[in-house]
Amino acid sequence: MSKILIRGAKVLGGEPQDVLIDGETVAQTGTGIDGGDATVIEAAGQILLPGLVDLHTHLREPGREDSETVLTGTRAAAVGGFTAVHAMANTFPVADTAGVVEQVWRLGRESGYCDVQPVGAVTVGLEGKQLAELGAMHDSAAGVKVFSDDGKCVDDAVIMRRALEYVKAFDGVVAQHAQEPRLTEGAQMNEGVVSAELGLGGWPAVAEESIIARDVLLAAHVGSRVHICHLSTAGSVEIIRWAKSKGWNVTAEVTPHHLLLTDELVRTYNPVYKVNPPLRTEADVMALREALADGTIDCVATDHAPHPHEDKDCEWAAAAMGMVGLETALSVVQQTMVDTGLLDWAGVADRMSFRPAAIGRLEGHGRPVSAGEPANLTLVDPAYRGAVDPAGFASRSRNTPYEGRELPGRVTHTFLRGRATVVDGKLA
Amino acid sequence: MLRPPGDNPRTPRHLISAADLTRDDAVLILDTAEEMARVADRPIKKLPTLRGRTVVNLFFEDSTRTRISFEAAAKRLSADVINFSAKGSSVSKGESLKDTALTLEAMGADAVVIRHGASGAPYRLATSGWIDSAVVNAGDGTHEHPTQALLDAFTMRRRLVGPDAGIGRDLEGRRITIVGDILHSRVARSNVHLLHTLGAHVTLVAPPTLVPVGVEQWPCDVSYRLDDVLPKSDAVMMLRVQRERMNAAYFPTEREYSRRYGLDGERMARMPEHSIVMHPGPMVRGMEITAEVADSDRCTAVEQVANGVSTRMAVLYLLLGGSETALPSASARTEENK
Repeated sequence: MSKILIRGAKVLGGEPQDVLIDGETVAQTGTGIDGGDATVIEAAGQILLPGLVDLHTHLREPGREDSETVLTGTRAAAVGGFTAVHAMANTFPVADTAGVVEQVWRLGRESGYCDVQPVGAVTVGLEGKQLAELGAMHDSAAGVKVFSDDGKCVDDAVIMRRALEYVKAFDGVVAQHAQEPRLTEGAQMNEGVVSAELGLGGWPAVAEESIIARDVLLAAHVGSRVHICHLSTAGSVEIIRWAKSKGWNVTAEVTPHHLLLTDELVRTYNPVYKVNPPLRTEADVMALREALADGTIDCVATDHAPHPHEDKDCEWAAAAMGMVGLETALSVVQQTMVDTGLLDWAGVADRMSFRPAAIGRLEGHGRPVSAGEPANLTLVDPAYRGAVDPAGFASRSRNTPYEGRELPGRVTHTFLRGRATVVDGKLA
Repeated sequence: MLRPPGDNPRTPRHLISAADLTRDDAVLILDTAEEMARVADRPIKKLPTLRGRTVVNLFFEDSTRTRISFEAAAKRLSADVINFSAKGSSVSKGESLKDTALTLEAMGADAVVIRHGASGAPYRLATSGWIDSAVVNAGDGTHEHPTQALLDAFTMRRRLVGPDAGIGRDLEGRRITIVGDILHSRVARSNVHLLHTLGAHVTLVAPPTLVPVGVEQWPCDVSYRLDDVLPKSDAVMMLRVQRERMNAAYFPTEREYSRRYGLDGERMARMPEHSIVMHPGPMVRGMEITAEVADSDRCTAVEQVANGVSTRMAVLYLLLGGSETALPSASARTEENK
């Protein structure tokens, strides 16, 4: 493989450096590097980050290839600066067997745009009743370490306890979609002032917080680690902060949309804002930003949830929940965290690469930008400003809440083990 | 809704929410409804105003009384009426709301009167660029039912101020109490907005389980005790309470609900002499209202039905015929002379 010299980029936002990629690894970092016959990328003013890692992606294959495939989803991931994504298990059939997770893993390898680490279902068919063969999924070629019934909550306390205990055998983690089902029957949006006015069924914060409280206590009791998906309320932040203060092995993620958008947008009844957990209030948004900044929330995860046009071009109640997010995640994080001064670029590298890779026990990703490390890298132009145009998405779906909205920053290059998957903002 | 297109950025030339109406909008509708009501007293009840215009009643939920009311209103204005009953949700039917809307547009609908089980469906219909017709919300989910609020306000103004004395007037200072399942009621939401706009003081009365979280931002008071509020009410509006609600633990039993929040003759006797009892229908006799109250002279339930036609005539007239001069009396004569 050829050599690539990235010249003058601010590594993790620090002083400008040169970074030489040789083959699949970073060969050298420093100043004034002579790359010889290397392809040179002039990167003055740009930020060089470790390749981003998403703990929470819906690639929809197998089963809903009309909304996304592993290929289109990994292309979208590359455009967004990701070099690894965790593919959620709520496919058709559900990824609850070694066969399905191996299929998704193999499709990811064939795509070549981004590593795909399948997530295995906790229970058979996401039904919450019987544990799926977690060990078989771990022992498969896919090497599953993260298990989740995402889309549904593992609400049975005994099943949750057993799952937490069982995955200790292979250092796995259960990622919980925290949603008390009885409190959210018919739920359409955040329960509060706006839902009262709009007459839409409320999704109360307590339905998320009560499950998180239970699960951190369970994890502490059995000495396991638990990961909480898409934290959305200020109360959830308080519980995680308390659990961490106890020294318990608890981690949490937040989505970009919960860092930026509020339930006021639902007043439009436009289902592009319909998502689960729902958009919350301004106070929640501020608490989530603060928690991500101080490390209470470990990482940003996209919850990229593609849906076909017809599932959003309808009345609110009939619409599907979810938003695409891979291609806008870094820009939203820049706007909400970096441009506000809450987090520097080293912090972004931590919350979008180092920590998610560590939580997922993902090898070869979330590594420092230094000699000998795999060349999984993302180059960002933070000065870029542009309106989001879904027509240009690499994802097969267009259900973004940011259409027409001006967001800062753009991924100019993404490297997966030394190979450019994105060049000058376009798929290579 | 009466502003020209573009003036009201939310929903120009539609009637989606009572919250979109200014005080002057609302009074104009009530005044127009009063003129329409006088037409109803004539031997020939028809006006030629909307001749050649097509009004579609698009009903995704069964509601015979609302549909008939709109149908009568449109026909008295000489509009062509198409009833499109699409029972069940668009999802279970297989056809989307969008495709249904495109179909109606192709048939030349000038106004679409929509009743839908999903909150916000009329708003989507009016703002998604699917159709150009005027959209009238005839009840959407647990969101709003603005023409019901208008006919209720019309009934209150007639009874509490007077048919002639009320012209040009609002409901300033009147104390209105709304009792029942506020949480699931589109009638309550629309009434709170409209009555507040018209200067009335609204108090909602319900068990705490049937009041939405977030109600503290509404322009009204909330009480859990009916007996405290009754002596201070100029009008008491009883809302239907579905028996099934007790299965979801909103209240323990039908009898307990009835004892605490039902209106019987004894309670009615504690209301001021001039005050009225209202009900949007259908009534559950024995639950929220006893037969004695429902059949008393103070209960305006039947009157509200008649007023519904006049009010809906006013709404359709103002939405579709607004460029011509109002004067139903003059045009009525023309019609009669033919």
